[in-house]
Amino acid sequence: MTAAPLLEVDRLSVRFGPSTVVDDVSFSIAAGEKFALVGESGSGKSITALSVLRLVDGAETTGAIRFAGKDLCRASEREMRGIRGTEIAMIFQEPMTALNPLFTVGNQIGEVLETHLGLHKNAARARAIELLRRTGIPEPERRIDNFPHQLSGGQRQRAMIAMALACEPKLLICDEPTTALDVTVQAQILSLLDQLQAEMGMALLFITHDLNLVRRFTHRVGVMERGKLVEVGDTESVFADPQHAYTRKLLASRPQREVQPLAADAPIVLAAEDVGVTFSIARGWFDKRSFAAVRDATLRLRRGETLGIVGESGSGKTTLGMALLALQPISAGAIELDGQRIDNAARGTLRAMRRRVQVVFQDPFASLSPRMTVGQIVGEGLALHRADLSKAERDALMSEMLDEVGLSEAQGVDDVLQRYPHEFSGGQRQRIAIARAVVLRPEVLVLDEPTSALDVSVQQQVLALLARLQRHYGMSYVFISHDLAVMRAMAHRVMVMKDGAIVEEGDAEALFDAPRESYTKALLAAAHLA
Amino acid sequence: MTALALARTHASPNRRMWNRFRRNRLGVWSLRLFIVMLVVSAFAEVLSNDKPLVARYQGELFFPILRNDPEVRFGGDFHTPTDWSDPFITEQFAKPGNWMLRAPNRHSGSSTEYFSKPPNPSAPDANHWLGTDQVGRDVVARLLYGFRVSILFAFALTAIGLVLGLAAGAVQGYFGGRIDLTAQRLIEIWASIPELYLLIIFASIFEPSIGLLLILLSLFGWIGLSDYTRAEFLRNRSLEFVKAARAMGLSNLQIIWRHVLPNSLTPAITFLPFRLGAAILSLVALDYLGLGVPPDVASLGELVRQGKSNLDAWWIIFPTFALLVLTMLLLTFIGDALRDAFDTRKS
Repeated sequence: MTAAPLLEVDRLSVRFGPSTVVDDVSFSIAAGEKFALVGESGSGKSITALSVLRLVDGAETTGAIRFAGKDLCRASEREMRGIRGTEIAMIFQEPMTALNPLFTVGNQIGEVLETHLGLHKNAARARAIELLRRTGIPEPERRIDNFPHQLSGGQRQRAMIAMALACEPKLLICDEPTTALDVTVQAQILSLLDQLQAEMGMALLFITHDLNLVRRFTHRVGVMERGKLVEVGDTESVFADPQHAYTRKLLASRPQREVQPLAADAPIVLAAEDVGVTFSIARGWFDKRSFAAVRDATLRLRRGETLGIVGESGSGKTTLGMALLALQPISAGAIELDGQRIDNAARGTLRAMRRRVQVVFQDPFASLSPRMTVGQIVGEGLALHRADLSKAERDALMSEMLDEVGLSEAQGVDDVLQRYPHEFSGGQRQRIAIARAVVLRPEVLVLDEPTSALDVSVQQQVLALLARLQRHYGMSYVFISHDLAVMRAMAHRVMVMKDGAIVEEGDAEALFDAPRESYTKALLAAAHLA
Repeated sequence: MTALALARTHASPNRRMWNRFRRNRLGVWSLRLFIVMLVVSAFAEVLSNDKPLVARYQGELFFPILRNDPEVRFGGDFHTPTDWSDPFITEQFAKPGNWMLRAPNRHSGSSTEYFSKPPNPSAPDANHWLGTDQVGRDVVARLLYGFRVSILFAFALTAIGLVLGLAAGAVQGYFGGRIDLTAQRLIEIWASIPELYLLIIFASIFEPSIGLLLILLSLFGWIGLSDYTRAEFLRNRSLEFVKAARAMGLSNLQIIWRHVLPNSLTPAITFLPFRLGAAILSLVALDYLGLGVPPDVASLGELVRQGKSNLDAWWIIFPTFALLVLTMLLLTFIGDALRDAFDTRKS
């Protein structure tokens, strides 16, 4: 039974200058096996995968990588070119950047076939169409002449897979293949990979941070932490009985429900009535078309309540959030804060409203100005809205706030105020963004995918922080997310949006347990929460 | 090492910016040398002057550097201002009780040597350290005064261009849409006006002066920078920290000033030393063509022109060329260090 493994990574270490990114990692993958490397960002999982193809530049690599008995670390560059694409293929996270935008899909698949298999142009085209059909792209005869931008995200990823499978590789490396995709599309791509893997009998190496995916999809799993492989074993036994502390921490960091029951008489803070947002798209000089991003959105947000807005990309959930913040002009309906209209309001009304409605964005790298210190970032709103306080009082408020979000000297972060955002980790930056919003003591906080860019363990901490702040200050949250697990953990009520319209609304528990609409059911099924 | 790191994180933003600048040693030395050059040229009147700083004649003190009395005051025949290089004056002051304290270099930028023995342009000697030009003016003094004119002109032109370019780019990029579209078309029309012809025409209508040149060159000097700034603003205005600032209730001006502008300065700072250099060179070029500063004002371009027409007089062209090259090099090195200083990501 113990056939020689297809891929054997033996004591692999990768160093960039003084820092060791992959440290003494050994694992093996048998032919036809689905193996996952899980870990948070910076754990070295992607570098390990790239090392297999010797695609890491400027690194010092030691150890051995044996593929079908051959040591890839000793293979010549020429031999490696023969192996890449034919024996071992790879698909990447972001299919938009992994495909060349200037060539048609057919060109790019055909190129692989022509170089590696020496097929003639016409034969390559026929084979490319066949591959596209196999990956489930509708009308492959037409799609083959499309450019990458003409395909949807899911179709692009299918085209990438078709390209990777062109030479029927023995090993397919998938680097976060579904991370950039919507949940329903994710599910489709995974089942496609599953089916193709079974048909072609290839081995899969999955690089991912998504534990849910690992559990459902793979035979064996290796857990990486800061360059080291801390645990490796059968997926089921690792999930059932994790041995290493880090694995246990990862498994435990799935969002926990943090919802406090609402007071029965909690007043309505924010209300939206039949809100519509229309964008006009210029076509040429005089022709304009309009596009309804949000249609007839009605919502009520009570004090202390978390209203979740779920939807896939393009569903209009972020646009609705921006409209609630009065950052996006609305074309229909009305938005009221405490009974006062804030859509198209006068400057003075808006200014007073700004302090009461704040926002936290998704990307902690883009939401803080890199040229301002943390003190300037958090202090700015206070200086504007609390001019009644002295500088010393404002500084005290600011320090207190930063301490509350876990950034103070007492918590091991020195001299926060004088430092720039890039000196902090992603989770810490998100805390800074939260401090910037909450220091104004808003009544409503719009959270636009606040944890989507964070690692799972950090995600859990940030969610706990948000829940604690909500209890402390009695804030209401509008929680926008595509992540149903997070939504289930945080929301009192949930609204499901699709193509600009609200398709279903209800109490979180009820909605998750017994969805009424077919779209909601599909979403939940894709996320394996139903 | 840790003490150093600690000192870094505890320093104020400005202090850290200076620390980053200091890390670039070439830039620091260039800055020092450049400052020395600026200071020296600022004191040009004291260092290089045909009139003495202080003089004592028959028990009375004179300050000819401030007020040049007529020759009759010192026993001469004429009521014209004293020519201090006249051998007769030197004789008068050699008498007991009379003395004068002269500048290290006894020539000013525009003073002509009427009493020199060799024909003009004369080779370097003890009196004229770098010889004289074709009119008999001291080359050292010409360089000193000319450098000052060039550098002040360049600073002014760059500052005006920077302000106009940033402002125009900021308005177009931040507001975008119709404003952007209209402004772009207007700028395209404006930029198609031929600058050199305009200069030639104006030089023939008006008396050429530094002020006029500054205005004319400023009219067009901002366009390139405004394009870069506009692109940066277009990119940065859609970033989340700008949305967060809007959600905070800051006014457009505050958002531009505090959030977008500091993040859009990269092209301005990157091009700053080159713009300074280009401004110096544009004045040199205009002077060379005879469209520049009036003839009595010392200028580097005028020296280059003389150097070209007197190729055998190497003492004119070589020092001028060397000074220009040195200035350009120093500005480039300082610019490099400046870019490091503004990069908050650099540790």
